[in-house]
Amino acid sequence: MSQGTVNAGPAQAGGTVQAPAGRDRRATAIRLGLLGVLLFIAVIFPLVITNALYTQFAVDTMIYVGAVAAWNLFSGYTGYIALGHAVFFGTGAYTVGLLTKQWKLPGGDIFALLPLGGLVAALVAVPLGLIALRVRRHTFVVITIAFFFIFQLMAFNLSFTGGNQGLSSPFFLWSASDYNNPFYYVGLIIAVGTITLSWLIRNSRFGLQLLAIRDDEDRAQGLGVRTMKVKLIAYAISGGISGMIGGLWWFFIGQALPETAFNPLFDLTVALMAFLGGFGTLAGPVLGALILEPLQQWIGITFTNGYVSDIVLGVLFLAVILFLPRGIVPTGAEFVTKWRVAQARRREPGPGGSAPPAPPGSPAASRTSTPAAGTPSTGTPSTGGVR
Amino acid sequence: MGRQLSEAIVDGILGGSVYALMAVGLTLIFGVLDIINIAQGILVVLGGYLSYVLSVHLHLDLFVGLLVTVPAMFIVGVAIQWAFIRPLRGRERTSMSLLATYAVAIIIEGILYIIFGSNYVNLSASYTTTGPKIFGFYLNYIYIYGFLMALVLVVGIYYTLYRTQFGRTIRATMQDHTAARIVGINVNRVQALTFGIGVAVTAAGGMVFGATGGGFNPNTGYDLISRLLAIVILGGLGSIAGAMVAAIFMITLEGVVTVLWSPSWSVVVFYGALVVVLAFRPQGLLGRKAARAQ
Repeated sequence: MSQGTVNAGPAQAGGTVQAPAGRDRRATAIRLGLLGVLLFIAVIFPLVITNALYTQFAVDTMIYVGAVAAWNLFSGYTGYIALGHAVFFGTGAYTVGLLTKQWKLPGGDIFALLPLGGLVAALVAVPLGLIALRVRRHTFVVITIAFFFIFQLMAFNLSFTGGNQGLSSPFFLWSASDYNNPFYYVGLIIAVGTITLSWLIRNSRFGLQLLAIRDDEDRAQGLGVRTMKVKLIAYAISGGISGMIGGLWWFFIGQALPETAFNPLFDLTVALMAFLGGFGTLAGPVLGALILEPLQQWIGITFTNGYVSDIVLGVLFLAVILFLPRGIVPTGAEFVTKWRVAQARRREPGPGGSAPPAPPGSPAASRTSTPAAGTPSTGTPSTGGVR
Repeated sequence: MGRQLSEAIVDGILGGSVYALMAVGLTLIFGVLDIINIAQGILVVLGGYLSYVLSVHLHLDLFVGLLVTVPAMFIVGVAIQWAFIRPLRGRERTSMSLLATYAVAIIIEGILYIIFGSNYVNLSASYTTTGPKIFGFYLNYIYIYGFLMALVLVVGIYYTLYRTQFGRTIRATMQDHTAARIVGINVNRVQALTFGIGVAVTAAGGMVFGATGGGFNPNTGYDLISRLLAIVILGGLGSIAGAMVAAIFMITLEGVVTVLWSPSWSVVVFYGALVVVLAFRPQGLLGRKAARAQ
């Protein structure tokens, strides 16, 4: 992670010297390169760091990266805050668990069951969505919470779920040293797949319709977006992926209990990760998960008293909400834009504009620029503010 | 069966009035601040613990103790609003406020666990274990006293809202923040005071809840908030009368299902009722069609 940013520093500084058209191409190349580096680090991570504790953290983190990306695919794009995705997570876990038990599957190719768990979760999402998506804002949030409680209680009360005892997963006869690796790579595949899907959706007609709903649903409807259908599809996709991840989690943890498979903290954590990174952006939620999940694990280890770690977590939540309300990615993007605008303004005036910028320290350059750029510069910040 | 059923109905109506009190606080906060206070459940528990401390260590009567705990919870409410709600701005304010109050709830829950542990606590006094016999069962006095107190407080809130100048400013703020500001209402102050009042009623609610139910521990907050949310949504967000009707309906329904079917399914029926009602009436029982177009 840190390596990537170090690489980006000098490269970006070099890019700003180029002409604008070249800069765009350059920026895309940098972005792709950065993604490649990140992916490479993600792929080799468990091969380099073999400490079981860290690889276990890594699996947890991958699970959350996928879960947040899936959540963001619906909530981030439509603006409907769902606090009940544990319903799908748990449904996936229980589906996969029951099927494994029913079919007495051996270890190894059990991961083939995950899409099935996802499918069931997506099917569950349809009727729930048909009810919940008729209402907006607070009411929607509360209904998703109500669904969550209903499902948790059903897991407790129905006979086939195993009640309080939950469902135990089979014991895998993999070597202990790299036991976590299969889970990690399956988690990575799901996470990367979800992020790619989010990117594809964002750049599609379907994605535009979702974003239109987020901006103004009535207007979107007036413009011919079939809002209910669009929202429902996004909800089902999001729920289905959460279900797959729930199934993976069940194999990994080894046991699904009603209170852990349908966990209220899951709902909250996922939402907070998305908000920390940048609600509705592509990279933000992933970043949020990459920061928050290891941090949570670290807090859990450092403060052995569970209540103290809860308090620390709550304080952390509040700090994020109060001091970084828009999330890291939008705030960072704004910062970069402001910095670029400042750079451009320094360079803009004078006929020598195309030449490399005057050293930032030179007082003459900045002084002459101010009056000359008077009229255009008043416009620049506002265009810079728009993403 | 008949005796149990009548007991469930009477308990539901009397106990429901206490939930009505807590739910009125929640819906009032929503109406004026346009946020949902997820911490309401744990604040009820906090109010209960305050009463517990006063009654065990200072031997104050439970109802006399309210003279201390209600103002204390009012201050807690104003402080939470000032520190965590007021700074929130922007388009995602609604969702941020949900998360912020959720975080406050987690913090309070952790602190309560550290101080009081996870053992269940009961508030007891002479009137929590004795009472008259009606319909063939014994009804403890606390149910009656609690009902009367809830009635007085709810009527008091109604009177304040509809018969006083301060109430008019609250209702004006509920209708339209900007217009209220234009006519000279200090919206910030109204919001702080409303949050304080909405939280202060939890002190009374928590005391009666702790004296009537099967006890509470810090985890009870989740139980309470999930019920309260269901109640205010069912009644229609921002509707005070709706919250009261829904509270009594839901708590009675839960009690009746417990008797007729099983306690473990009563809660499912509780949320099931919410879902069914909303499927046909998305704005809740007494809610307005579009509460606010902000």
